[in-house]
Amino acid sequence: MNRSSALLAAGPIPVLPGVSRARDDFPILSRKIHGKPLVYLDNAATTQKPRAVIAAVRRYYFVSNANVHRGVHALSDRATRAYEEARSRVARFLNAREDREIVFVRGATEAINLVAQTYGLLRLREGDEVLVTEMEHHANIVPWQMVCDRAGARLKVAPVLDSGELDLGAYERMLAGRTRLAAVTHVSNALGTVNPVREMIGMAHARGIPVLVDGAQAAPHIPVDVQALGCDFYVFSGHKLYGPTGIGVLYGKAEHLEAMPPYQGGGDMILRVTFEKTTYNAIPWKFEAGTPNIAGAVGLRAAIDYLDEIGLPAVSAHESDLLACATEEVGRIPGVRIVGTAKEKAGILSFVVDGVHPHDIGTILDHEGVAIRAGHHCAMPLMDRLGLPATARASFGLYNTPAEVDLLAAGIRKAREVFL
Amino acid sequence: MTADLRSLYQEIIVDHNRRPRNFREIPDADRTANGDNPLCGDRLTVYVNMEGGLIRDIGFVGNGCAISTASASLMTEALLGKTEQEADALFERFHDLVAGTGRGARGSLGKLEAFSGVREFPVRVKCATLAWHTVRTALNTPGRTASTE
Repeated sequence: MNRSSALLAAGPIPVLPGVSRARDDFPILSRKIHGKPLVYLDNAATTQKPRAVIAAVRRYYFVSNANVHRGVHALSDRATRAYEEARSRVARFLNAREDREIVFVRGATEAINLVAQTYGLLRLREGDEVLVTEMEHHANIVPWQMVCDRAGARLKVAPVLDSGELDLGAYERMLAGRTRLAAVTHVSNALGTVNPVREMIGMAHARGIPVLVDGAQAAPHIPVDVQALGCDFYVFSGHKLYGPTGIGVLYGKAEHLEAMPPYQGGGDMILRVTFEKTTYNAIPWKFEAGTPNIAGAVGLRAAIDYLDEIGLPAVSAHESDLLACATEEVGRIPGVRIVGTAKEKAGILSFVVDGVHPHDIGTILDHEGVAIRAGHHCAMPLMDRLGLPATARASFGLYNTPAEVDLLAAGIRKAREVFL
Repeated sequence: MTADLRSLYQEIIVDHNRRPRNFREIPDADRTANGDNPLCGDRLTVYVNMEGGLIRDIGFVGNGCAISTASASLMTEALLGKTEQEADALFERFHDLVAGTGRGARGSLGKLEAFSGVREFPVRVKCATLAWHTVRTALNTPGRTASTE
């Protein structure tokens, strides 16, 4: 990679201004694992939480806790405002046109299931087709299989090239026929490939096909503008964005959300209930049956504030530098092969080592304090396509440093010594 | 390397991972089963030929980590010439060794003792027992897929 060679030639890569300060914001990063300082490189699975997020959740329970949209009392009003302000914050983060286009859900998985079970069922008829890609996470495959089964529709899969990039020509050709819906990941969780989603959405829209974008691995790393992308739906999880678990976001164009039937029934999603007829609430509340994860929304808002304060473009640049550095350092270890060499990648490095299984690499790295993921990354069809049972994956966050990349590389060398 | 890691990756395990024994298909096997560890994607197939109530031939193919590969390899050596009952009993003791207290089984499992270090790594117990679950499936319900989940 040209960029990394240039970086290495220039000496040690600069750390994101404020990274050393940022590290102090994450209490867990100062703990030790097996007696070694924690090197957390499993950010694609979940990120660690800054004090600001932990404090916001705690503060909410200390001084604001009540149910939302219900009480006449002061605390309920306060909780409702905190929850709805979080929604506005998310709308601004994604540059949605309106706050009501933001639905709070448990995470990206629930968001995709929601769209599949409501919009999908509404739209799909027998013989119709749904287009996904070979690099999807199971969460962007299985919900579509389920809805295809119910509707008598068929799932089509756009192929991935050996580099881990999408075969864009094939994708465009496959939009023909009876494709009624397309779902694609913005960034591959297994390989780090950044898909040209804007272009892909344009191709789909030219044929009147709506597109859902799975942004679980993109939202924490690259600025997202849903209006510029033009996507019909965009989903992400709070916990991969330095926020709490159990809170996530579905963005949907208002016209779609309006037309969709509710996902679940219960309190909060209704205007009026009689045993004869129930009138549903307006969007987005129509999709938020039951007491929502209020503290989660508050925590997510704090996470977005935190991320914006550092600046997503700076985070993005920092993570690309780390990726370039890791690609170079890990890639030159004998017997190592980097899996996924797309030109556009987010901070994810998947690799395999000759004669050393990814699990064994994971165990040995763990004993060096280095946390990575080993396995199929919930993308078994992609692993089958690449002919690999598993890979080892290091994924970077805003708090990682070049020194941690060195420790990763040293750990991999150690793993080779054990087995070769 | 820490003591824990050294006891997990003992020389014999590293050796059987590098050169797994009985790593072959047995095309005319009368018992066979697939084993799957959905958590990590480890997959293997075990082949067994019985003769006069004894395991006369046993082999395996597949892909897995060092622990699961070495375990499958050492298992095939340990089971050769055993009856189904003896195989079951050995599995119970092996399971106790890698997941239980280890008491009672000590000093009597021969080369399989190399897996005692797995006890310190609870997430790896499934790796060590995958081949054993699979061979048990092959012996009891041929044609099925064993799973560690």
